[in-house]
Amino acid sequence: MNLDGAQALLKTLNSLGIEYIFGYSGGAALPIFDALETTDTNLKFILSRHEQGATHMADGYARATGKPAAVLVTSGPGVGNTITGLMTAQMDSVPMILLSGQQVTWMLGKDAFQEADTFSISLPVVKHNYLVKNTNDIPRIAREAYHIATTGRPGPVLIDLPKDITQGEFTGSLDAEINLPGYHPEKAFNIDESKIDEAIELIKEAKRPLILAGQGAMIARADKELMEFAETLGCPVTSTLLGKGVFPETHELALGMLGMHGTAYANKAVVECDLIINIGSRFDDRILGKTEMFCRNAKKIHFDIDAAEINKMIEVDVAIIGDAKASLQAINKKIKPLETQEWLKHLNGYKKKYPLNYKKQGGLKMQQVIDEFYQLTEGKAIMSTDVGQHQMWAAQFYKNHQSFEWLSSGGAGTMGFGFPAAIGAAFACPDKIVACVVGDGGFQMTLCELATAAIHKLPIKILVLNNHYLGMVRQWQELFFDDRKSGVDLEGNPDFVKLAAAYGVKGFNIKRPVDVRKVLQQALDYNDGPVLINAECLKTDNVFPMIPAGAPLEEMLIERPKGQMAKPEGST
Amino acid sequence: MSNFSLPEVHTLSILVNNQAGVLMRICQVFARRAYNIDSLVVSKGSKIEFSRMTIGLIGEKEGLGQIVKQLDKLVDVIHCFEHNPSETVVKELMLVKFLVKQEDRTEALQVIDHFEGETLDLTSESMIVMFTGESEKMDSVLEMLKEFEIVETVRTGKVIMARGQLET
Repeated sequence: MNLDGAQALLKTLNSLGIEYIFGYSGGAALPIFDALETTDTNLKFILSRHEQGATHMADGYARATGKPAAVLVTSGPGVGNTITGLMTAQMDSVPMILLSGQQVTWMLGKDAFQEADTFSISLPVVKHNYLVKNTNDIPRIAREAYHIATTGRPGPVLIDLPKDITQGEFTGSLDAEINLPGYHPEKAFNIDESKIDEAIELIKEAKRPLILAGQGAMIARADKELMEFAETLGCPVTSTLLGKGVFPETHELALGMLGMHGTAYANKAVVECDLIINIGSRFDDRILGKTEMFCRNAKKIHFDIDAAEINKMIEVDVAIIGDAKASLQAINKKIKPLETQEWLKHLNGYKKKYPLNYKKQGGLKMQQVIDEFYQLTEGKAIMSTDVGQHQMWAAQFYKNHQSFEWLSSGGAGTMGFGFPAAIGAAFACPDKIVACVVGDGGFQMTLCELATAAIHKLPIKILVLNNHYLGMVRQWQELFFDDRKSGVDLEGNPDFVKLAAAYGVKGFNIKRPVDVRKVLQQALDYNDGPVLINAECLKTDNVFPMIPAGAPLEEMLIERPKGQMAKPEGST
Repeated sequence: MSNFSLPEVHTLSILVNNQAGVLMRICQVFARRAYNIDSLVVSKGSKIEFSRMTIGLIGEKEGLGQIVKQLDKLVDVIHCFEHNPSETVVKELMLVKFLVKQEDRTEALQVIDHFEGETLDLTSESMIVMFTGESEKMDSVLEMLKEFEIVETVRTGKVIMARGQLET
């Protein structure tokens, strides 16, 4: 008997090496769900409790492995609920294949039940998308989607699959070849040697060089080449939020994260350097401060695989367009050590003068919970975060030793990301400790996935850092809006430990600083499923250092200034 | 604040896959930054699998380079170029319907003759005339035809081709 379209789809995904499909069923996707039962593949389907959760699970899986997972949802509201997850993946260059069911082709455009114009709705939040009109096109399109999602600058690709197409008879070839005349990621491996030479000339002249390591270096798996580059030059390294771990943060040349809530010494290095070498970061507005002032006296070299990122935010002196690993291999052949002892000594002075720290008195600090968790896990956990104050403190205090262990929504800043992303990572990496640090706000956006984590007995450590506020917004209101709290009080929070119990999930409360280590150790020792730790934290703490949006890095605040501050003029 | 620069006329030539939805992908790059498209011509390319788009824009130069790169990055775009006016030939086609009484027809024909127009339709009260040439010529034609009552105009928008060995 011949296959139907849905079976051909699953066989193709299987042959591409897709391991997991996260999703939620529905009418228009019925043929595909049925094919999961009738087709012999290694694909594992995981039922989420909300489509958004499924997208973040696939996202977390991809960030923890560098490999894509699939998402399978139905039409209309099903795929509508994935838009935030697609946007999150698109902003952070995360590969993902999203399969959406769709009304039958002859009902398209007629406002049929659960029909949505998925192609148009998703267009701005994907790398590419398809509306399949012919059953025999399915294998080619699935292969193209995988190729597009995983090569060049990765991103999510959506395939919209009308029900008559997936249940139609398949008479084509499962090995159909891709046909993408406008897409040439292989060019990223042809590095322009003349640009390498121009970069070398700037590097030779540098007295105070600084490497800015971004996620592009991680995606290219250029960790080793980056290490060789930094160590040979004797050049300090700061990383972006998403680049955390591509250069070990405990290395003597590491300065930690830069930017709005980066370390003081990283930001001072940015201000004082005479050459900044950006490897795979897109000069995001969170790290620039006032754009015109950013590194205005320094020479700039930008390595990026995406030509559209060159000179987008910051005009650079030399641009090297291509894969970060191939580019670094090319430049590493030509570099010689620089005299940087003075510069490194100077920066070490800043490390001593402005260390990241916190007090263990005056209420429980989020920093303490993260710091002690870091020490207990020796920085070896896969750490997923949500978005807000806890995220920034986690970025500061949970130092990453290697790539693919820090999962955080950077570009989109998606609340609700952290917990489901940890679920995806837990499926991907059963041999690692997987934890998520979430706030009480973001956690409530996707906590229905407690059921998903519980039934699969995923030993995720869920650290709910609970201050009963939307803390980052409250911080801005305190600093810039006369402390008028508007729309930030989370009065009505549930008892998270009881809520966990209702899902059959073990829970602990932490109320005192002195109990942190003991409870975290108990949580780490419990591996018979997820464990939730509700830490009742100080309600009105603020994240520092801080560079108010639109201010130059020179105006970084190390601590809370007295009195009211002018409203920042920069982006949100 | 960015430095103020005067709006300029730009023309992009884009070769794309001849597929459903490709126009939306192109338009989205402009729409997300509220950049208005002044003219748009889409037609078959010399190969059946490709379409040719010529997009005319009036806007600041700043940001346009970024737009070109973001267009070029689209999976369905084979290539996207912004051409200098000096390296291209630029043409436009315009149809004009205007009311003209019999006693004024000679004068109208003089204008049409001067601009090398072609009369496509003639009634006792109206004419439809086709003009081709550069956009400025079309503007001049309309200026000259003002003394008659112009009922409708349809312009194709600019089409361009790069001179010599350059690829369009």
